[in-house]
Parts: sequence; C-alpha cells; structure tokens
Amino acid sequence: MEPTPPNKPRTLRIIIAKPGMDGHDRGAKIIARALRDAGMEVIYLGLRQTAQSIVHAAIQEDADAIGLSILSGSHMHHFREVHQLLEAQNALDIVLFGGGIIPEEDLPALLELGVRGVFTPGAHTAEVVAFLQENVREKI
Amino acid sequence: MQTSPLQDSLLTAFQGGQERALARVLTLLEGGRQDSRGQDSMGQELLQAVRQLGKRSRVVGITGPPGAGKSTLSDALISVYRARGETVAVLAVDPSSPFSGGAILGDRIRMLRHTHDSGVFVRSVATRGALGGLAQSVSAMLSALEGFGFDHILLETVGVGQSEVDIAQVADSVVLVLTPAGGDGIQAFKAGILEIADLLVVNKADLPEADRFSRALSGALELGDHGFDSWMPPVLQTIAPSGTGISELVLALERHQTYLRENNTATGLEARRLKRARFEVRSSLLQWAEQLTGAAGNAVFSRVAQGQISPLEVARTLLEELNRSSLS
Repeated sequence: MEPTPPNKPRTLRIIIAKPGMDGHDRGAKIIARALRDAGMEVIYLGLRQTAQSIVHAAIQEDADAIGLSILSGSHMHHFREVHQLLEAQNALDIVLFGGGIIPEEDLPALLELGVRGVFTPGAHTAEVVAFLQENVREKI
Repeated sequence: MQTSPLQDSLLTAFQGGQERALARVLTLLEGGRQDSRGQDSMGQELLQAVRQLGKRSRVVGITGPPGAGKSTLSDALISVYRARGETVAVLAVDPSSPFSGGAILGDRIRMLRHTHDSGVFVRSVATRGALGGLAQSVSAMLSALEGFGFDHILLETVGVGQSEVDIAQVADSVVLVLTPAGGDGIQAFKAGILEIADLLVVNKADLPEADRFSRALSGALELGDHGFDSWMPPVLQTIAPSGTGISELVLALERHQTYLRENNTATGLEARRLKRARFEVRSSLLQWAEQLTGAAGNAVFSRVAQGQISPLEVARTLLEELNRSSLS
C-alpha cells in the first residue's frame, strides 16, 4: 500500500506570541496568517505573555518554533528569558525567532543569544516562511 | 511487538510522567510516521504501548458552533477540577484551512490562566482534512492522554461537520454548548447535533432571550422518544467567564457519569466504551478507504463513470490490494 508518499513534508507547528506589556498585535497576526497560508499550524497565544507561558505552551504543543513579536523595545530581555527557559527544559531544538521594532545594532547580540532569525519592518512574509522551512529540523 | 531503542526511551520518559515525552508521543500519534513500506509502524507500536498503560479517564466532549464559548467553558471546568486536586487534559480541535492545509489554533488563548499549572495539559489539534483521519488520530491521542494518567479529559470540537460531531461521541458525556444568539428553538430543533448531546448548555446566559431559548430547547428535547428510566439531557445556563452555573454543570456531569455506571449494559459506560472502540476501528477503515481511493488513479474511476465496471467491483479490488500489501 502506497497511499501517502513516505517523505511527505511534516506539518510544522509554530507558536506565535507577544511577550510583555505591548499591545500592538497586528504584526503577530500578519505573520500567523502568512504561516497558516503556507500550510503551517500556528498556535496563537496573543498578547501579554510571560516567558514561562510561552515555553510551557511550546512544550505541550510540541512546537517546532517559537516566534516572538516585540515592539516595545524590551526585545533583549524577552528573547534572553525565553532562551534561558528553553535551555532549562532541554528544549533548544525549538527554533527561536522573532521580529518587531528592533534596532539593527541589536541584531548581532540577539543572534549571539541564540535567536535564529530576526525580521524587522520591510521583511516579506515569504522570508519568514522560507526561514522556518530551512531551519526546523526533523524530530526523532 | 518490536520497539526501537528510541521508542523505548520515549516510552520510559512518558511513563516517568515527563510532559515533553507526552507531547512528542501525541505528535507521533497525530502525524502517523510512515516507514519504507509506507506503513505507519511507529505510531501503531506506540499506540499499542500507551493503550496498555491505560487507566480510564473521564472523557467529556464539548461541542457546539464557533464562538459559543467552548474553550472558556473548558477553562472554567479546569478550575473546578483543579481545585479538587484532579488533573485535566484538554484536546482542542480547530479546523485546518481546506486551501493551504494550515491552521490557526486559538483555543489555548482562553485557558491561559492555567498555564503555570503542571496538572493541566492543553494540546491544540488541527483537523488536517482527511475523512476518518482526524477521528483516528483523536482516538489515538485520547488513549495517550489516558495512558499518561489524567483524571479528566476535555475534548473540544467545533460541532459543525459530521466528522467533528462523530468525534464528540467517543466521549463518555457530550456537552452541547449553544448561545441565546443561536436562533430560536426551531434552529435547535432541526440541528442534528441535538441528538448526540447528553447535556445542553446555554452559555452567555446574560444575553437577552436566554430563558426563552432554554425553554425552547427543553421543549424540543421532550418531543423526543425517551423511556421512563433513560437519560433526559438537562438544559443548563452558564456565563463561563464569571463561572456562573459551572458548579451546576459539574454536578450534572457527575449525575450523567453515575447514570452511565448504573446502567452499565445497554446505554451505560460499557456501551460507551464499546462504541468508542467500534468507532476507532471504523475510523481506521475509513482512513484506509480514503488512502486507497486517493492512490488508485483516475483511470479506474473513469471506467466506473462510464459504466464499464461497477463501483463495488473496484472497491473489492482495492480491499484485496490492501490485504496483500499488509500481509507481505
């Protein structure tokens, strides 16, 4: 029986969240919609999340990646905290990426921290889709 | 049954109560990995393994139209069960896009206050299209959650499509959630989902017309054929965000469980479990049917369309093929 091809691409599961006190969720919603339209499953957590709630959701949902949208200027803090919690859970295989109003001079430090991709205003949604398809590794 | 070392370590972690192992097992059961023979051996072996652990959870299906408040109601139920120290898992099913196959799963957002509670496990599930496929993966995932040892499992589905309504029926008790804005009693009367409900909840009962809508529902239910000692679905009112009516709902659920236990033959708990097992087998058959017809190619169907060969004949041939492939 050869009903479905054995190497059929797996459906990617992505968490999209906004950490902290930042009420602007249009960007997060646009990304969520774009990922859905690219055939991914988006677990949308929305506004005012803590690092704990984000990592907890990512574990339970067995997510492939976590995308954070931050427009409040507190990106260094939130990315660091989420990364540390992922590390504590031995879950660094979950790809951490994000976007928002993030100054260019902060990008090297974010990448150094373990953030795998950062998308700032002007980035095309197709870039985010391609990034995820390239960076998410096969599980098990 | 042969298991791989990788699976063994996953199962050990699963039995050790590690959340991450449960999450991974759910992914495998949902996705159905295929090996070189095109068979989903990993998922099947895991499923057998977790089924053997099986303690029985109380499974409550929560279904109803989009926006009726199913997730918020689940959230309120979680609070009640957690206050008693009982553990809860939620399987929240949302639709996949028929166009891209993707999905935005937004049920979890209603249950965020339990996010730091290790006694609560929420998993979002996308329908992923295929007839039979969803039913099969949801039954498998339920078995995994039972194997992990949760006291309660809430299974949340959008009660609009046949497959979603079917899925709710694998639950011990089915709660149908409606709102006063859902039309008059005639709407409820004609909706086929009324028959599967063990309990009816009129949520958002602070909206106008809630009482009238509840009476119309009770009226519609009383018209049905029910015996002296058979279960009569109660109609309850709730306002989920404030918790109003939730303790009455919990009580009604317990009364239904008691009813199932006391009528443990024809309509009771054992009958429900048999129904669920039958449903699981049927889902696998449907899944095969979907895969076989999908793989068969258009030529054979065009012969059927032109009347050169009967649909029954083709179906028999496909079944024989299935037999041969699984025996080899």
